[in-house]
Amino acid sequence: MRDALADLAVYEPEEGEIMEVSMGPHHPSTHGVFRMDVKLEGERVVRLKPVFGYLHRNHEKIAEHGAYLSAIPYTDRLDYLCSMTNNWGYVLAVEKLAGIAVPERAEYIRVIVAELTRFQNHAGLVGFLLQDMGASGTPLMYAFREREKVLDLFESLSGARMMCNYMRFGGLRVDATASWLAEVRQLVGRLPRFVDEFENLLRVNEILMARTQGVGVLPRELAINAGVTGPMLRASGVNYDVRKVDHYGVYDRFHFRVPLGEHGDVYDRYMMRILEMRETVKILEQAVRDIPAGPIIDPKVRLRGLRPKAGEAYGRIESPKGELGFFLISDGTGNPYRYRVRPPSMINLTILEDMCLGENIADTVIILGSVDIVLGEVDR
Amino acid sequence: MALPSPEQIKTQIEAGVPGAAVTVIANGSPSAQRSLLLDHAHARSVAEFLRDHAEWRLDYCSLMTGVDWLDAETSQKVKVKKVVQAADGSESEQEVEEVRKTKTPGYLEAVYHLFSMEKKHGPVVLRMRTTDRGDGARLPSLTPVWRSAEFQEREAFDLYGIVFEGHPDLRRILMWDGFVDYPMRKDYVPPVDEVPVVVPQRPGSAGTPSEVHR
Repeated sequence: MRDALADLAVYEPEEGEIMEVSMGPHHPSTHGVFRMDVKLEGERVVRLKPVFGYLHRNHEKIAEHGAYLSAIPYTDRLDYLCSMTNNWGYVLAVEKLAGIAVPERAEYIRVIVAELTRFQNHAGLVGFLLQDMGASGTPLMYAFREREKVLDLFESLSGARMMCNYMRFGGLRVDATASWLAEVRQLVGRLPRFVDEFENLLRVNEILMARTQGVGVLPRELAINAGVTGPMLRASGVNYDVRKVDHYGVYDRFHFRVPLGEHGDVYDRYMMRILEMRETVKILEQAVRDIPAGPIIDPKVRLRGLRPKAGEAYGRIESPKGELGFFLISDGTGNPYRYRVRPPSMINLTILEDMCLGENIADTVIILGSVDIVLGEVDR
Repeated sequence: MALPSPEQIKTQIEAGVPGAAVTVIANGSPSAQRSLLLDHAHARSVAEFLRDHAEWRLDYCSLMTGVDWLDAETSQKVKVKKVVQAADGSESEQEVEEVRKTKTPGYLEAVYHLFSMEKKHGPVVLRMRTTDRGDGARLPSLTPVWRSAEFQEREAFDLYGIVFEGHPDLRRILMWDGFVDYPMRKDYVPPVDEVPVVVPQRPGSAGTPSEVHR
């Protein structure tokens, strides 16, 4: 009997033995089909290589084969949680390439839909991050309850909840009605209460602080050199927000602050989203107050059959995930010769290994969760 | 502080990096963002010069991408004097129009957009061109200067086939490892899926299922 038990003895790794674990692609914490090749010494991560491309459909080639206009609905599907900001990044690049002006009312509506997008993205991300940490269900449901209200607004404005296909070169597809704006005003009035509630839910929770403070630290210099952008960069204390730097659209007319972190850890990245939601509410309040009457698009702009002069342009915006850029080369024909997306989700993954080295395997889940990726944009 | 014009940047680079050859490339679009073409041998030192420049501090490489330019053929009409034989056998010199074709060989191009997070200005656009689209598709990697180029250069290698020398980890990134071609190239032909079509047949019946059901 004793001999039989000895045969069943648990495998005990030797001191210093390295174990390889493949996390994903079908792992609930990877937020899609994403894999991390991890090497572990005990529970400590000694190597981590991100593997992706499972959703690759060569978005850029598809866009190069079609007319300029026909790429807009495809941009919806990049970061499929934020179709409005994807639209904006692309139309901004085409407007730069072809020299198209945008009426003021359209700029205000763009700001409103982009900030609503930012709000629901950050709420959703915090919900998912807390879910990854073990706060199952409740925070995510709170976030999704609010997200539903934003999506309802998008649906009544553009006809679609997620794939909005709303912006056009030089303006917008349809105008916002007075009743829609009244609904936005009503929602914006309620949002601060939601942020308070959402923040108080877990901000000073002991487990949350123990799991996130000092974990996955991203130093300031590395963040800059690795081209990290968005809330993740600002959590490391770098004051860089494309809305403030480029003043694209009418962002120079709004008073808002750029929250900055100090430690660059997961906790700071979590707080960054909460603080940005508050600033977003401020922008929304000003935009719905000041929105002027007028046209939403210049009727002379050629949407179909747009043929910009040969040349190139780079347009970029501050999407909820970071700097979303579109680089276009025109050869004078009706479809772009080169169409390139600068995907913030993918570039923010460059330093995933640096943040995870030396941490526990369980922490890689929340470190990845705090990066905020959408695989539709990473893989394109 | 705004950045100086591309010509002034070029002059300062050539003064700061001995031997570097920089060409300013025009841009016909209303954005008018001109770019700087670098030579391979000095690209890395020029990149470090731009990153560490005290006034410009181009510490942030936002976008890196590949572009494919195919072999181009430009035709030109030229008037040439030629000896022409008339119907009666007499020869005379006449001016004849002839179409002359000049071939420019294709190349692959890497484009880098630089900004400064410290000084909040930009962009400065850098370009590098390969000698051809075959074995010569090699460029120096700028990943050691800007880490943000790491995944993007891997993507340009994966989809365009540009080999970046000095890249720390040059592997395919979006396509799988066994894939052979470069799908973003302009002359790429997607393979035909050769999955055999299996027509299910009922045991004991000679015809196709549709015939049986009929």
